[in-house]
Amino acid sequence: MIRDVAFQGGQMLLVLLLSPLLTGFVRKVKARLLRRQGPPLLQPYRDLIRLMRKDVVLADNASWLFRVIPYFVFAATWISASLVPTFRSGLLFSWSADLIAIIAVLGSARFFLALAGLDVGTSFGGIGSSREVMIASLAEPAMLMIVFTLALIAGSTQLSTMSAFMNSSEVGLRVSLGLGLIALIVVAIAENARIPVDNPATHLELTMVHEAMVLEYSGRHLALIELSAALKLLVYFSLIACLFAPWGISSPTAEPKLLIVGVAAYMAKLAGGGVLLAVFETAIAKMRVFRLPGFLGAALMLALLAALLRFVSRSF
Amino acid sequence: MMAVYVLYGVAALFVLAPIAITLGGSPRGTGVVYGAGIVVTLTLGVIALRCLFNPLQTSTVTLPLGLPWLGAHFRIDALAAFFLVVVNFGGAAASLFALGYGRHEHSPQRILPFYPVYLAAMNLVVMADDAFSFLVSWEFMSLSSWALVIAHHRVSDNVRAGYIYLLMASFGTLALLLAFGLLAGADGNYAFDAMRASHPSAALAALVLILVLIGAGSKAGLVPLHAWLPLAHPAAPSHISALMSGVMTKVAVYGFIRIVFDLLGPPDWWWSMVVLAIGGITAVMGVLYALMQRDLKRVLAYSTIENIGIIFVALGLALAFKTEGLAWAAALAMTAGLFHVFNHSLFKSLLFFGAGSVLNATGTRDMEQLGGLIHRMPQTAFVFLAGCVAISALPPLNGFVSEWLTFQAILQSPQLPSWGLKLMVPAVGALLALSAALAAACFVRAFGFTFLGRPRTPIASGAQETDSNSLAAMYLLAAACLIAGILPGIFIDALAPVVQSLVGGRMPVQTGVEWLSIVPIAESRSSYNGLLVFVFMIASGAIAAFAIHRLASNKSRRSPAWGCGYPDPSVATQYTADSFAQPIRRVFGTVVFRAREIGEMPPPGSTAPARLTVLLRDVIWDFAYSPIATGVTLAADRLNYLQFLTIRSYLSLVFAALVLLLLVLAIWP
Repeated sequence: MIRDVAFQGGQMLLVLLLSPLLTGFVRKVKARLLRRQGPPLLQPYRDLIRLMRKDVVLADNASWLFRVIPYFVFAATWISASLVPTFRSGLLFSWSADLIAIIAVLGSARFFLALAGLDVGTSFGGIGSSREVMIASLAEPAMLMIVFTLALIAGSTQLSTMSAFMNSSEVGLRVSLGLGLIALIVVAIAENARIPVDNPATHLELTMVHEAMVLEYSGRHLALIELSAALKLLVYFSLIACLFAPWGISSPTAEPKLLIVGVAAYMAKLAGGGVLLAVFETAIAKMRVFRLPGFLGAALMLALLAALLRFVSRSF
Repeated sequence: MMAVYVLYGVAALFVLAPIAITLGGSPRGTGVVYGAGIVVTLTLGVIALRCLFNPLQTSTVTLPLGLPWLGAHFRIDALAAFFLVVVNFGGAAASLFALGYGRHEHSPQRILPFYPVYLAAMNLVVMADDAFSFLVSWEFMSLSSWALVIAHHRVSDNVRAGYIYLLMASFGTLALLLAFGLLAGADGNYAFDAMRASHPSAALAALVLILVLIGAGSKAGLVPLHAWLPLAHPAAPSHISALMSGVMTKVAVYGFIRIVFDLLGPPDWWWSMVVLAIGGITAVMGVLYALMQRDLKRVLAYSTIENIGIIFVALGLALAFKTEGLAWAAALAMTAGLFHVFNHSLFKSLLFFGAGSVLNATGTRDMEQLGGLIHRMPQTAFVFLAGCVAISALPPLNGFVSEWLTFQAILQSPQLPSWGLKLMVPAVGALLALSAALAAACFVRAFGFTFLGRPRTPIASGAQETDSNSLAAMYLLAAACLIAGILPGIFIDALAPVVQSLVGGRMPVQTGVEWLSIVPIAESRSSYNGLLVFVFMIASGAIAAFAIHRLASNKSRRSPAWGCGYPDPSVATQYTADSFAQPIRRVFGTVVFRAREIGEMPPPGSTAPARLTVLLRDVIWDFAYSPIATGVTLAADRLNYLQFLTIRSYLSLVFAALVLLLLVLAIWP
């Protein structure tokens, strides 16, 4: 029991501590690709600490909801991050929410963040919220279709079971898996407000979505929102890793030294994913907002096609 | 015995109507009618709960009313008991809310007499055990609610809404009447027992299914028969809107389940496909319409259509599994559908109460004139937010649990052998997922533009918090949403006898699962624990807040809003509900609503304002309703000629008709 609690707690701390590093790493690689020096790897931690120490400046008519939302968004994202298998599967509370529930918990974080954008009553917040829900209305169904595909392959929506199944030799190469992976990557890019959907590095551009929505936040509230964004990036990295690259995740019955392998493999997967994301973001340009429905619609159609293939035949 | 008690309660409600007439517009009347309403509906609700937990005791009563050779049969089985629970607890909540809300009513004598009749009629529909009592109660329900819809008859929109409602209701009842006629067969066995025993031929059963989809579906609001619903539901006073949306649509769902799952006999293979397709389309269309509305109560009415769509998808899945004999999967889908029936009755009532409180406080339902009410009405805002989270299917509240169960049922459908269903179910699943995501957008918009931001008009900035009775009703419903969300196992187990009687199987017992999780099939396949998710959210949010306040900073100060520069303080610079919906309108609306945006720029040098006009067309209205209305008018114009004939022409017409009928009789085999 104590061991189980320790593993669950360990994962919660690990994701919390690693997520700013992942963000810093992606930024660093992007900077190097652009032949810039880039900020140091630990810069996100410094930013977070500095923000937490500053006073919060609230807009005159901000309501109690505006002040509660950062904590709620952080809590919801953190829970999702601690339920996705990272270095070890079958954690103590892994059964308390399956993949559909994890997606929905992330959805409720977004719901409240969109409300926060509307609270102060500026047009920046409104435009951010409005675009965020438009993107979500296409990305969420695509995500659910991906979940359907994977759940039908693995015969479960429980992430630990799915990841174990994906690691076994029964999986093989499947068309639906390929389609699902492409769709999942598109959804992950959209959900995390990365290029070409949104640009996490800018504040002053009319095409921005996420940053416009949280423009009114400052101080510790902003720190929590930034930390949640970093955690969310980590959640999607972990999700893709545990479903499509489940190697090295130690099973609940494995001997302790395999845990070290699990942690090392997880770090390596994050680093690999970070490099790929940075290369992709550097190579592609930001899209106009009204090109996005086509981009996300393609993901939705791919995911639907994958699910249809799975429904029709077990061999795809 | 239980049925007799319930009938006493119904009689008490009927007695309340003349009392309400005598009390008329006196201020005591409101308290008496709604107070008695609470007492009676609560009693009925408790009786219904007892019936639900003693499922083996089916209780029947036959009264010497109605058709002389038939009598009026009433029966409470597990299904009826469940819907009695929904009707009566919904009625109790509405009565409690109306204790406060009804005091602001200008002409209570137009509402009070019909209100108890309406409640009684809904109880009777659910209990009826023969076609005659069912249809009479159904008509009582339609007519009393029609009277309540046109309570404020000086508003011309309400009169139009009432007219369309009356037309659609009679059309629906006609379809049900024909359906029952076909079920009763040539001998006219109108008792449900006789219908259960006899199985109609495949063609007749198919016809009955279509007629029930029209009859019950038009009352429930299935697309394309939904046109009356978003007009009539918002027109009524808000507690009636809550009953119509939260409860009466469920009575219609009951009618569908009773006939299709109970009376009609074994289902044919294609039935589920029809139900699934209609359900999926209804869900997406309903929420897309809701996103385009400015009127808060109309948003809620269209969202009811969406939720009815979700319920019918679950029922369609249950039908598909039942056809193929997969009882456990059918039980999963049926539980999901019935649980959503219960959940929707909770949060839709809550939301309509909230909208009613806003309407009372400000006098408007137009979101573009509201805003900032979270400062003026903090408690209403809080409970309305709870309702929004619940209806958007977000954990840890109850809406998510029933959607989650529906998704789990969809994941079982590759086991269906039929190819059509194999292709259809994932598409319907995608529609369901799309409607869930759009519902979240819709309720961000509904809450955000009503309660958040800055007040857009003086009426919004002068609003007052609503009264304590209304708040109590809303808090109770919000608490129920939370309990059903974090302890769904209890509710799933309570539904088991209902599901067992309908599809011949049940979900595994949930209350014994450790940590109070719900596990539809096996823990290795899927499980969800709302309680833990809720506790984790509260705990980690609280820990974060505590740690940051203790270790870092807890100071905050106020300053003007920062919109990358200090924005114009005019409230007109805020985002509006219409502009919020614009991206979604551009993505989906160009097809569904033929949305067009016309921008008019003034010539250079002119100081005239630029204009943007948005044109939306209701395609269903244009292509289904308008042609029918035009056709009827045209036919009436033509036939008008017949009213001005001479006596000789009339005599020859009568003679010709007689000869024709005799000829038909002679030729008829």
